Amino acid sequence: MEKGRIVLGCLAPHPPHLVYAENPEQNEPFSEGGWETLRWGYNRLARKLKNIDYDVMVIFTPHWATYIGTHFLGLPSFNSLSVDPIFPNIFRYKYDLRVDVELAEAMEKSAADAGIITKMMRNPDFRIDYGTITSCHMLNPEWNKPIITISSNRNSHYYSGEVMNEQSSALGEACLKAIEESGKKVVLVSSNSLSHRHFVTESPLPEDMSREHIYNHSQYVWDMKIVGMMRDGKMREVIDIMPEYAEQTIAETEAGGLTWMMAAMGFPKYPAEIYGYQSVIGTGNAIVAWDPNSATREIVL
Amino acid sequence: MSTESNILFGIYCPPHPHPLLAPDLNQGYRNLRSAYDTLKTRIEESGADIILLYSTTWPSIVGHQIQAHPEPEWTHVDDDFHFLGSMPYKFKIDSEFSNAYKEAAENRGLHSRTVAYEGFPIDTGSIVALSLLNPDNKIPACIVSSNMYSNRSETIVLGKAARDALAKQGKKAVIVVVASLSNRMFTEHIEPSEDRIHSPKDDEWNRKILEFFDNGRLEDLSQLSRDIHGQIRIQKVAAYKPVWWMAATMGQHNNYNGEILAYEALHGSGGAVIQLTPSDESIGDKEFDEDDVEYYRGDRNVLGQGAL
Repeated sequence: MEKGRIVLGCLAPHPPHLVYAENPEQNEPFSEGGWETLRWGYNRLARKLKNIDYDVMVIFTPHWATYIGTHFLGLPSFNSLSVDPIFPNIFRYKYDLRVDVELAEAMEKSAADAGIITKMMRNPDFRIDYGTITSCHMLNPEWNKPIITISSNRNSHYYSGEVMNEQSSALGEACLKAIEESGKKVVLVSSNSLSHRHFVTESPLPEDMSREHIYNHSQYVWDMKIVGMMRDGKMREVIDIMPEYAEQTIAETEAGGLTWMMAAMGFPKYPAEIYGYQSVIGTGNAIVAWDPNSATREIVL
Repeated sequence: MSTESNILFGIYCPPHPHPLLAPDLNQGYRNLRSAYDTLKTRIEESGADIILLYSTTWPSIVGHQIQAHPEPEWTHVDDDFHFLGSMPYKFKIDSEFSNAYKEAAENRGLHSRTVAYEGFPIDTGSIVALSLLNPDNKIPACIVSSNMYSNRSETIVLGKAARDALAKQGKKAVIVVVASLSNRMFTEHIEPSEDRIHSPKDDEWNRKILEFFDNGRLEDLSQLSRDIHGQIRIQKVAAYKPVWWMAATMGQHNNYNGEILAYEALHGSGGAVIQLTPSDESIGDKEFDEDDVEYYRGDRNVLGQGAL
């Protein structure tokens, strides 16, 4: 059997506003658009994914927050209604998705063998979080590939950003081992924003772009620093400064997804593909991809 | 501001699902369940018009969200404790009060909104509390979220707005605060029989807090909230807010009769079921230097005033 491999890594932020703005049939509320810089970036990355041969999308989500280890979806399918607890006015999405349980179990075993606390989630009533749904919908609106969702163990809260980096790195290495042994071609997805300070009020029309801007300038400066380092292929350095970055900007990277993905990909030294950066209700969001194949790697923006 | 209290009594109880889903896994869980059962009866006999619930496991960002769906119904599964089982629920919400609470909050400068959507994900803490304290929906309820960015001023004003709404509608309420004491859980899976408070330090702090509750010193606890947050709370949110809301809603003083019905470990966290009943007696009248606040004026734009 050919060794499995990671064919693309995606930083895929999940503000539900993006799905809302796209008006897919699965989402009940109707919008007049908005956040085009991010949506068009997502659309372009989704087109690239159509030309990549892959078996499964593995997504790490902050909105399945677990405090007792890392959990993996462990049933073959889920279908229900996802209502965003924060923005229910814009996200009420009917989902119907498949899970690659075989690979999920292999990753869970590999992580457990590495000493990481793990758990398979096998309750059929479990509701899939809106982070998973938003990122996966924007990357693959057809939902024609199975997914695996990995929960976010909140080491940052219990210990520190440094411990989060250590444990998420170990999880990434364990997942890579399982992927290689599976023989499968895998797309990794880190579902998170960069800076993550929200406005606590919302305009009457959420998609009113005259009201949208970053929460404050220091968030923007930090985000641009990180995006610049991604562009320069300095992912080891990005992960090294992650604890300070998260502390300064309340970055959603504190959930561990980006660290997990970069560790699984060996901390790329090649330039990342930048697909867009824009604020959503004050938070900083970048769509970024890491393509290990130098023949298909692009300078997008 | 209303001066008459419409609060019959207040309850402080933990959010984790063990007393609802698995009370027999551990004698401590059973003790917590028995305490809920006792309070269920007391609520039924209280003559309350409404149960008003503030849940620390319902975080909000856009202002303060208030549940207003008249009959929210779903089957909920906890993110961590999914293996304990599902939690089907159907609650009776006092939508009229929910709208009045939103209006009262706005009148005090807060951003607030009601939510009334099919399938809205009611949080574990609210489901556990309402399922155990009001299983037959004999009394309509209202649930208010805990804004993750809010701090003392905002939370106290939110509590005072609850008093305003209750006074305006002339409703007698039992208020319920859903929160752990120490909230550090074990980060590994444990045998329920081996459950205990995560550390002696957490246990000692919990017992000191329980001493205050037992003596009815709610305002003293409110003033100690920042110390409690620093000592025994995982830093997930800006502050330990439940006693601020509880004191502002029930009355900012120490004139209560306290009763600790149970104190047990829930996967390492401190779970206590407590009743506070307004009384004429006062213990430990202390003066503190944190100003009271009636109206929320928002952020002070500190960042915008400095040279960057």
